[in-house]
Amino acid sequence: MQTLEPYLTEHPFLKDLEPRLLKILVGCASNVRFNAGQFVFREGEEANNFYIIRHGKISIEIFAAERGSLSIQTIGEGEILGWSWLIPPYRWRFDARAVELTRAIALDGKCLREKCEMDHDLGYELLKRFAHIITQRLETTRLQLIDIYGIRK
Amino acid sequence: MEHGIFNPMYPTQFRICRVKKETHDTSTFEIEPENSAQSTSFAAGQFNMLYVFGVGEVPISISGNPAKKKRLLHTIRKAGMVTNAIYKLKTGDILGVRGPFGNHWPLENSIGNDIVIAAGGIGLAPLRPALYQLVSQREKYGKIILLYGAKSPQDLLYKQELAHWRNRFDVEVKVTVDSASGSWDGSIGVVTALIPHTHFDPLRTTAMICGPEVMMHYTIKELLKRNVAPENIFLSMERNMKCGIGLCGHCQFGPTFVCKDGPVFRYDRIHTIFGKREI
Repeated sequence: MQTLEPYLTEHPFLKDLEPRLLKILVGCASNVRFNAGQFVFREGEEANNFYIIRHGKISIEIFAAERGSLSIQTIGEGEILGWSWLIPPYRWRFDARAVELTRAIALDGKCLREKCEMDHDLGYELLKRFAHIITQRLETTRLQLIDIYGIRK
Repeated sequence: MEHGIFNPMYPTQFRICRVKKETHDTSTFEIEPENSAQSTSFAAGQFNMLYVFGVGEVPISISGNPAKKKRLLHTIRKAGMVTNAIYKLKTGDILGVRGPFGNHWPLENSIGNDIVIAAGGIGLAPLRPALYQLVSQREKYGKIILLYGAKSPQDLLYKQELAHWRNRFDVEVKVTVDSASGSWDGSIGVVTALIPHTHFDPLRTTAMICGPEVMMHYTIKELLKRNVAPENIFLSMERNMKCGIGLCGHCQFGPTFVCKDGPVFRYDRIHTIFGKREI
């Protein structure tokens, strides 16, 4: 049976990861699919996974009682969904819902957290890569905040 | 224009034929010359000075199809004294026009390349003529990719054209908005976030960018990360243009004048002054 190793090896998020560490990740990976409209996770639930999107689109949403669900970002092919599994209290900060049929690789964050505690090389590599993702999200959020399209006449 | 001598400071009368509402604060004005012998030729990326008599002039990019000679299109956001006055005009009213001024997008020099067009907000207007031209000569180019960002789905320009280009299947159209609710099932996020996941050959790509400078700054950053060469990145700059011919100095941008040397600039030629707060 073919494993997910070839796909994960090629993925930019895991580029140049030591083969030994990659093997650990492969052992924690599985294919998942979400139908359009299906929630991947909801705010407040335990965060025990992260996802590499292979195909489709996920909307990250905030639910506001008066305004309903507000989408604040979409995550598409090749992107990483979810970092709350790595940061206490390990609960999702937002909702995530499939906009269309989405196929992804789920990585078992709970299992990885334990492995990171035992193997600090793995922990450091994952933290470096997620710090990059979090920085990108912060940067794009700041650009959204300033309305980068609103100045030119 | 009297005695057949072209005087770039002398406005020509154009009549408003049609006004198409694009968004709550932006409309496209179709105008045609009072004198049918008047040329309406322009190159994609150029702009005109539009003159509301008794009020003033404003530089506006030409947003129509260069191949359609009869009328000129200008997409205008209601933002200041002159544009507010333009919005008070009706079909049949007269506008003064000087132009076209400035240089154009490097479409001829990009033949054979993948083309990445990145537009933010009303920045799609100066790029639409380039898209019309690219699509009309589709076989001459590699991939044609349009990345377009706006504040919300209601702020998107040219929705019909966007749908038309997307339906061609030989133009990749990616549209994203800052926020949305309800029926929007497109992307959400800034336009720069589309670049890392868009497939093109960076070694033979020409990028054309137009939008507010902050948007262009971050778009260039992402393109450089993808190894697009600075000499293959072009951006349309905006300054306070007055005369349109590089005489008055209002639009000075470092050692250049945007009205005459631009508005389209090759990034490697301005990278030392682009984004500098003193300039």
